[in-house]
Amino acid sequence: MTDVVMPQMGESIVEGTLTKWLKKPGDKVERDEPLFEISTDKVDTEIPSPAAGTLGELLVQEGQTVQINAVVARIDEGVAAAPAAAPAAVPAQPAAAAPPPPPPAAPAPAPVAEPAAAELVVAKEPAGPLSPLVRRIAREKNIDLAKVTGTGAGGRITKEDLESYGKQPAPAATPAIPVGQAQPTAKSRVEPMSNMRIRIAEHMVMSKRISAHVTTVHRVDMTRVAKMRAKHKEDFAARYGMSLTFLPFVARATAEALRTFPLVNASIDGTNIIYHNEINLGIAVALENGLIVPVIRNADEKNVLGLQRSIVDLASRARARQLKPDEIQGGTFSITNFGTFGSVFATPVINQPQVAILGVGTIEKVPVVIDDAIGIRSQCFLALTFDHRLIDGALGDQFTGKVKSVLENWSEDIL
Amino acid sequence: MNRFCIVRDLGRMSYTAALDIQQQLAAERKQGLGADRLLFVEHPHVVTIGRNGHEENLLATEEILWRAGIELHESDRGGDVTYHGPGQIVAYPIMDLREWKRDVGAFVRGIEQVLIDALADFGIAGKRIPKLTGVWVDKGEAGGESAAKIAAIGVHLSRWVSTHGWALNVSTDLRYFDYIVPCGLRKPVTSMAALGVKADAEDVKNALVRRFGQVFEFEMQAEPALSFVH
Repeated sequence: MTDVVMPQMGESIVEGTLTKWLKKPGDKVERDEPLFEISTDKVDTEIPSPAAGTLGELLVQEGQTVQINAVVARIDEGVAAAPAAAPAAVPAQPAAAAPPPPPPAAPAPAPVAEPAAAELVVAKEPAGPLSPLVRRIAREKNIDLAKVTGTGAGGRITKEDLESYGKQPAPAATPAIPVGQAQPTAKSRVEPMSNMRIRIAEHMVMSKRISAHVTTVHRVDMTRVAKMRAKHKEDFAARYGMSLTFLPFVARATAEALRTFPLVNASIDGTNIIYHNEINLGIAVALENGLIVPVIRNADEKNVLGLQRSIVDLASRARARQLKPDEIQGGTFSITNFGTFGSVFATPVINQPQVAILGVGTIEKVPVVIDDAIGIRSQCFLALTFDHRLIDGALGDQFTGKVKSVLENWSEDIL
Repeated sequence: MNRFCIVRDLGRMSYTAALDIQQQLAAERKQGLGADRLLFVEHPHVVTIGRNGHEENLLATEEILWRAGIELHESDRGGDVTYHGPGQIVAYPIMDLREWKRDVGAFVRGIEQVLIDALADFGIAGKRIPKLTGVWVDKGEAGGESAAKIAAIGVHLSRWVSTHGWALNVSTDLRYFDYIVPCGLRKPVTSMAALGVKADAEDVKNALVRRFGQVFEFEMQAEPALSFVH
């Protein structure tokens, strides 16, 4: 028997009102399953059961106020959590010699090897007593005990059964599926989306609905930039402790083009055009389970060194989830560098409320015809997705052409 | 290592829709996923009855409320009957209290402190009244008996993760409180506007965020704006 007590909810709290029993006497409860609710000074709290078993007599009724640590009910652990009792040849132990509650329905006899059920069954108690160890392992590994075939005496499930169960390829150890959700098949698995996933999903659909997406792709000769980078790479790494990538060059060229074509650095508000005086570049950073777009403020005031430093700093803090609020807000244009993942070109989705996004494809050496001779050049594709509500194709191409021209004729120092 | 709290403003949203979001975030938090959060929302007219709610504190029938455009909901938060509506800043902290004092009393006193500090930023002297959780102000005349409630508190906890929170009257139309006995107390309610303080709701929210961070020792962050590769 386990006492269920009014819990200690804080230093100044000496008593609590039991507002609602969530179980009735005689109900089976799992450990940690919500058992009752209490109220203390405007706070309503669900209290989980301290043990698995059968709820006995209620010693405190709804509405009663009692001191902390007062016993409010008892739980009869009965068979459920009995210490690994002597293996019995009989299938079901009588529900321990405890007094009040009606005995729980006797479990069915030991199951014979049951083939993996095709349809999903709600987790049910298997026959035979279960040791606390087996229960713990099952809980930790998320194994539905009803699906495990016991090889112990009387069909009991042993620790070895659970270990070998994990190795069977057959029925996946699916977490319990909440009732009322779309029913999966035996070959699927259901998992709730993370909050970030939901937000990304909402934003993607919203953006596709709001903007008239058009993507234009330009081929860019990166040879000059590649040479520049090669020349400074080692020195840069030694002096600044970070590697010099292509991205700050693209960001620099983009800032330049945004200065030339301010409409690409704008937003739409109803039937008004908002021109942003600052060029705040969002840089998409892939996270383990999603994406975030930290912003380089006044990107046009930074050189390649400054941009590289910002990119490294923002990306590493994004991955550590340490970005400050103003570092993920106020972007006026975004760059996404899918080339890192091997993509040659893609059609990015606009980061609302911006009106365009530049995607950078992978940079590779290709044979190119120059003056009727074949040369080897470093090349990449730049894909600009723009909102055709505001930007026409001509402007989209002029803008991308400007980025291309800055990169191909790179003349700036990088430090 | 700093503790973070992500702030999200849901804007105008129905009570039930906001409740869904709260419950989902709380479920995530209970599994040890996700961060502590502070949600802001403005509800359309709604009367909610807490777990300790007494029907007699509802002064109108559901039909009358319905005709007045007020929804009626039962809620699993602590506290009695209350009203939410336009002009009111409702805030829902979704926090794992095991990581902050593990004390419901301290949590409620902390919320009161956030409100008192934020009101002070607007020149309003909010105060506590022992045994009457919430934030109160003296209404002009001297003497504590004329205190009026400016912010109400009601919280739900499950595995030490909080939902629900507080409602601060900024420019609430106080006549809507006539349909109920707020929190079961026959004491007046007031708002920042009724006290002569014309404050922009955004400014008040900013003050609340700052004060919340101070009281609960959080670094407050805006919900990340997200964007996408493909």
